Amino acid sequence: MFELLGIPPQVLMGQLLLGLINGSFYAVLSLGLAVIFGLLNIINFSHGAQYMLGGFVAWMLLTYFGIGYWWALILAPLVVGATGLVLERLALSKLYHLDHLYGLLLTFGVALIIQGLFRNYYGISGQPYQIPEILSGGQNLGFMFLPNYRAWVVVASVIVCFGTWFMIEKTRLGAYLRAATENPVLVGAFGINVPRMIMLTYAFGVGLAGFAGVLAAPIYSVNPNMGADLIIVVFAVVVIGGMGSIMGAILTGYGLGVIEGLTRVFYPEGSAVVIFVIMAIVLMIKPEGLFGRGA
Amino acid sequence: MSDTATHSRKDATAGAPLLEVRGLEGWYGESHVLHGIDFDVREGEVVTLLGRNGAGKTSTLLAIMGILEKRKGTVLYGGTETIGMQPRHIARLGIALCPEERGIFASLNVEENLMLPPRIQEGGLSVERIYDLFPNLKERRRSQGTKLSGGEQQMLAIARILRTGARLLLLDEPTEGLAPVIVQQIGHTIKALKAEGFTIVLVEQNFRFAASVADRHHVVDQGRVVDMIPGEDLEANIDKLHAYLGV
Repeated sequence: MFELLGIPPQVLMGQLLLGLINGSFYAVLSLGLAVIFGLLNIINFSHGAQYMLGGFVAWMLLTYFGIGYWWALILAPLVVGATGLVLERLALSKLYHLDHLYGLLLTFGVALIIQGLFRNYYGISGQPYQIPEILSGGQNLGFMFLPNYRAWVVVASVIVCFGTWFMIEKTRLGAYLRAATENPVLVGAFGINVPRMIMLTYAFGVGLAGFAGVLAAPIYSVNPNMGADLIIVVFAVVVIGGMGSIMGAILTGYGLGVIEGLTRVFYPEGSAVVIFVIMAIVLMIKPEGLFGRGA
Repeated sequence: MSDTATHSRKDATAGAPLLEVRGLEGWYGESHVLHGIDFDVREGEVVTLLGRNGAGKTSTLLAIMGILEKRKGTVLYGGTETIGMQPRHIARLGIALCPEERGIFASLNVEENLMLPPRIQEGGLSVERIYDLFPNLKERRRSQGTKLSGGEQQMLAIARILRTGARLLLLDEPTEGLAPVIVQQIGHTIKALKAEGFTIVLVEQNFRFAASVADRHHVVDQGRVVDMIPGEDLEANIDKLHAYLGV
């Protein structure tokens, strides 16, 4: 392969892959936020903590019970989803008639508590989590080396994102969800149990965060702050994409991951802020977000 | 026609009413909007609630459906007291609402809108029969719900509560803002539904339309039912009614 603007293709491809991997996490996390915001009208600030919880549950399953990665990929989202059920029933459900701000403050507080508890027990140094054997190693593609696990993260996130999109946009279950997002009172008057739907939707949204946490465990070490660092960027992604649009959340997630990766190649100093710069521009030009349905 | 109407009413009088509303009061927040609504609906009847804007007609339907949260009094459906029930449980008894704003979901296509309300019991119309009644909906079943014309949206809003097996339909101003030819179509539809055995409570401002489809009329004023006029006596009471409605 030839050089582009003096950048060796290995570097370019490497950063693109890294961008795509970050984008995978952005996409899965902002998707969960969009699903939750759509139906619950709650800005789930504990999303990062729930992502971290997913990573920790995977680590605990392995460390205390000897249960490996593949089971963790199923069990950890279920466990995180179950904690979401409890949180929704005990606290969030009391806030739906209030302003967004209350849900945001509550979930922010919950995030601080969860992260504080884990810092207290496990410190901040991080726990290592091995890449599952079948996915260790990588492929030499000639122009770059592709680690198998990273390829898997991209594939798994794409499957989960588009599976979720399909379920919401194309199935009967999703039709209930879309309808309840628009007019929960009328959907209830048709005999549908909307409160239960809201509860399960929240559990599903945070389950997605838990899933992302398991995916992340072998790449980044499992540590109590892993979500807190990421979630700020994810919120910027959500603002750019527009709250409440499923496909918007997914595409913006991957797109911004890639843009961030490219920035790291061509202007490394800007890579940490490029997403926030884009956010500022989008907010000026189209405040409802690129895929937003209006205010 | 008045013969058969009288006949069916005599038959129906034999049993208890399907819907019995007694002393129904309701509030929006602090504002007291229903002050003791009383009326009955017998199985198979079409009755109207007539009255001026703000008289409490829509609020009465919302209170029956359980959507008006603060309410008291008695609403018996088939002998079951529903006053303390959640809307979803009231719906499951067999009551369905076609709201004034129609409530077509923009993020659902026509068919998804139609199939949204779950089947609650046997006896609903089949989808084929519904498309029979509303051929436009079949043609446009892949369109986004809110891309339909106002008349089509109204048809869809009525159509989707026919599948579910609900026996009592609460129709809130189905003719509002529609062209006369569409109003006529909706009139035919309501007669067809009556023939299918549905029981209908119709809120209307269009009193001519109401007169053409209903067995009995209840005049609502300031949150109360102030008069009941049987369909066949409407002509004789036309002046009184005009005074009520202020037309």
